[in-house]
Amino acid sequence: MLGYLCTRVLLVVPTLFGVTLVTFVLTYILPGNPALVKAGPLATPQHIAEMERRMGLDQPMAVQYWRYLRGLFRGDLGESHTTGRPVLEDLIQRVPATLELTLAALAVALVVGIPLGVVAAVRRDGWLDHVSRLLGVGGVAMPTFWTGLLALYIFFYALGVAPPPLGRLATGITPPPLVTGLLTVDSLLAREGRALASALHQLVLPALVLGFSVMAPLTRMVRATMLEVLESDYIKAAWAAGLPRRTVIYGDALRNCMIPVITLLGVVFGFLMAGNVVVESVFAWPGIGNYAVAAMMSKDSGPIQSFVLFVGVVYVFVNLAVDLVYGLVDPRIRLR
Amino acid sequence: MSTLVSVSADEAPARRSAAALLWRRLSRNVMSLAALGLLVVVALTAAAAPVIMPYDPDAPDAERTLEPPSRRHWLGTDLYGRDQLTRIVYAGRVDLLVALEATAVALSLGAALGAVSGYRGGWIDQVLMRIIDTIQAFPSFILAMGIAAALGNRLTNIVIAIAITHVPIYARLIRGEMLRIREMEYAEAARTVGNPRRRIIFYHLLPNCFPPVVVQATLAMGFAILTVAALSYIGLGIRPPTSEWGAMTAEGAGYIVSGEWWIFLFPGLAIMATVLSFNLLGDALRDVLDPRMKGV
Repeated sequence: MLGYLCTRVLLVVPTLFGVTLVTFVLTYILPGNPALVKAGPLATPQHIAEMERRMGLDQPMAVQYWRYLRGLFRGDLGESHTTGRPVLEDLIQRVPATLELTLAALAVALVVGIPLGVVAAVRRDGWLDHVSRLLGVGGVAMPTFWTGLLALYIFFYALGVAPPPLGRLATGITPPPLVTGLLTVDSLLAREGRALASALHQLVLPALVLGFSVMAPLTRMVRATMLEVLESDYIKAAWAAGLPRRTVIYGDALRNCMIPVITLLGVVFGFLMAGNVVVESVFAWPGIGNYAVAAMMSKDSGPIQSFVLFVGVVYVFVNLAVDLVYGLVDPRIRLR
Repeated sequence: MSTLVSVSADEAPARRSAAALLWRRLSRNVMSLAALGLLVVVALTAAAAPVIMPYDPDAPDAERTLEPPSRRHWLGTDLYGRDQLTRIVYAGRVDLLVALEATAVALSLGAALGAVSGYRGGWIDQVLMRIIDTIQAFPSFILAMGIAAALGNRLTNIVIAIAITHVPIYARLIRGEMLRIREMEYAEAARTVGNPRRRIIFYHLLPNCFPPVVVQATLAMGFAILTVAALSYIGLGIRPPTSEWGAMTAEGAGYIVSGEWWIFLFPGLAIMATVLSFNLLGDALRDVLDPRMKGV
């Protein structure tokens, strides 16, 4: 078990190197000369050459990569020339918005997706099973940005129950004092009812849309595993022993469905990060996805590189966590 | 010599019956038949768009801007009075072509990498698989975004971005198949008679890895279309005025507050219908070609 854990943890190191290499290469081939941008439109060729030298752009690629890595270790992610601030500061400021949306969406996907998969399997060919299968094929085919727009059209324009898609708080609401950066949590801590209501109101629709976009694979997996588990001998034994229905389904059977679900969480997280970008774009959510899209539009290399790096690193650690939890939960892996 | 002849003679009916079986299964399933039909319609209308569509996708009509669906314009018109249906049909050319090219590139590259990796093993396998790992260390859409941003908004670059992120799908699949097949008797036979390694890998073994690959490629086509559309939606893919489903949806986003629903709705429906068809077709193919995965 310790061997498995150690190998898995150590494997992260080369992967992280690979990740930094990719993000470095991305900026290396990015069109546009950063020195030119930094020197400004009135710069003379000498000035630009001087700027290139100072930024180290005249060095060989390997030297530049080494400087990039050294910078990363010091927490230097470069500067954004659109906001004029260090990228790290920009990211730190925006991560809570993305985190809040991601967590809420994950909660939606788990709370709706798992029970739906269970019920679909238990009442096979019932109407909820049909719903779940429709969702399984239809849900994954719907582009997330389109689902978002559709939700906005229905709930904002037609029904008027959703707020306008303009960020995390309605205009005129003072944000709660900063503790975690998650507005719902912060306003709860500060006992500011109006801020809490507004934050929740703004969060509901994007979270539902993002959650819906990743729910289908979860439901499908739970349903398939549940069907298999319900056929197994130990479940038949549990029925035969006269255990209550609830105990058998939600205790014994569901617990055994959780292992494939855990392994799926890494993939789900990847989809969540991708979905985040478009959902943030649709709802003008001030997270890192929106930041990256804005940077890409203005060819601002620092934020683009750092965004891809940030998501890559987080993804590597999420997958590590998934594998470790999997190792802890599934004794077959542990003993190997 | 006689054995060679008998092998190919045995093979032919097996192939024919597989195709027949495929068609029989597909035609029995209403959903997959509908999916296949829809894809054929989308592809044909896209190909024949200049002949069959009565409007020019890029010609503005100042008299008829933002018109809701009518008998004249079945799916309405956009801000410039362009016919939405015409634009959606034309957009099918871009989306299908990008997805097809990206899948073809990813498949060839992935197949070559996976085959060599799986057959050779050892350090070559290690190196190639670490490269694949690195690509997979990123959520694929995020990496595609980064590559598209780095290379710039050109059609070829979008194809490259999607192809790179799809290479691992095929490389891993083929590597796994290769590991299984290389120990089989006919592989041993091919080695024994002294075939060069390249010939063994690419001529004798690789074709036998293809059934699961066909399934994956069909499913990946849908995913590629979603990726092109999403890249274009956020402004990193195909740019207006070229008609493309994601870009068209993005143009419609601004009209939600004023209630012009047809501008964002129909391009999105086109994406959904096409992706859904690829997924249904992929599932049906899986049932036929890869019975181990049936019902999953």
